Amino acid sequence: MKGKTFKISAIKNGTVIDHVSTDHIFKVMDILKLNESNDVVTMGTNLESKKMGKKGLIKIGGRYLTKQEADMIAIIATGANISIIKDYGVENKFRVEIPDIIENIVKCVNTNCVTNAYNVPTRFHVINRKTLKIRCHYCERMTDMSEIEMV
Amino acid sequence: MSFEKHDIISIRDLSKNEILHILDTAKKIEDNPDSRLLENKMMASLFFEPSTRTRLSFESAMRRLGGEVIGFADPDATSLKKGETLWDTVKMAENYSDIIVIRNPVEGSARLAAEAVDVPVINAGDGANQHPTQTLLDLYTILKEKGTLENLNVGFLGDLNYGRTVHSLVVALSHFNTNMFFISPKALKIPDSYLDELKQKGIQYHEEEDLFKVSRELDVLYVTRIQKERFPDPLEYRKYVGVYIIDRKLLDHIKPELRILHPLPRVDEIHPELDDTEHAVYFDQAKNGIPVRQAILALILGRIK
Repeated sequence: MKGKTFKISAIKNGTVIDHVSTDHIFKVMDILKLNESNDVVTMGTNLESKKMGKKGLIKIGGRYLTKQEADMIAIIATGANISIIKDYGVENKFRVEIPDIIENIVKCVNTNCVTNAYNVPTRFHVINRKTLKIRCHYCERMTDMSEIEMV
Repeated sequence: MSFEKHDIISIRDLSKNEILHILDTAKKIEDNPDSRLLENKMMASLFFEPSTRTRLSFESAMRRLGGEVIGFADPDATSLKKGETLWDTVKMAENYSDIIVIRNPVEGSARLAAEAVDVPVINAGDGANQHPTQTLLDLYTILKEKGTLENLNVGFLGDLNYGRTVHSLVVALSHFNTNMFFISPKALKIPDSYLDELKQKGIQYHEEEDLFKVSRELDVLYVTRIQKERFPDPLEYRKYVGVYIIDRKLLDHIKPELRILHPLPRVDEIHPELDDTEHAVYFDQAKNGIPVRQAILALILGRIK
């Protein structure tokens, strides 16, 4: 095997999520619920990257992430790129953007919030994209990125 | 503008024009009450925690306009004790009523209730979060006393960190180019998120620990209770509580037209010797809860456009 390099194999159709920080790659898998998926999923971490030093990458065969789905990972993987692959070619490439509303990804920090008391799916309104300040749809508590905890 | 079937959950949901329309309707109802306006309408009053004033004010508002009321004031006496969820309780109440008024100590519960049912929901207080009808009656009181809501100098005194009535009123007044003075000990200062919001909207504000340094500029002083339970150290509490008690000494440091509001109940932060001065309007403020809540009920139930 000496001298051989193993790369993550190309996909014919599907989605490639590139330039995810290695700290967040497993969280991205969680958010997209790829552990429950029947699609062929390949994942790499600590891959060399000119831009980031080390990076993570996920390829999902046979599934095209919508812009909305892709944006859900933007809260933790701000610089990630999404490529939609069709017949081995890149049909569409975009950067993830933080959506206006973040649904059921982040926990509310307020222990007295109804989402924590009654196991209700969370919803947050993004108030400031730069500082990533979000407001709980239910209890209206403002949360900073530094306080964010995933569901 | 139509309020029919709208929920009133948070003051943030209301635009400036909507707020003014509610206040205008309250004035009309107060000047010319119609005891049959809400005939054949049923209000479910679901109080998951005790609140005598708000509950009685809502029930009185409904009944004086000919409407009827069902509900509970003590969750211990209901199926909640058997483990019924908030969701199921409001779904049940929906079948028996045209409108639901809910108070629940869990924050966000009123919003969740509104999502559970098709009938309109009014939030009568969800923990430390929102109590929009209190804010509207505060605004109505200021409007009645000062003749306008625009360009006033409004001071907030006491516990500005935890006081939900303060937070909601700050948000509401930010529609009216208010010059705001936050007077509190540092430990109880208004949260930065509210100041950020004011900055963004270009609203002027000042933070101050000493009331007398700014009192002469004020048109309105909104006083709140400093709650003992907010302080981990009772000595800290004792240190602060005396500083924010107002009495006749204040009268030497104010404009003659100053009006003092308080959401009540007070403990000792306003000395009773101020009660019979023209500045004290906190009892009128409590009374104003009736026309304001009547306006909200009549608008939402579609009896007034």
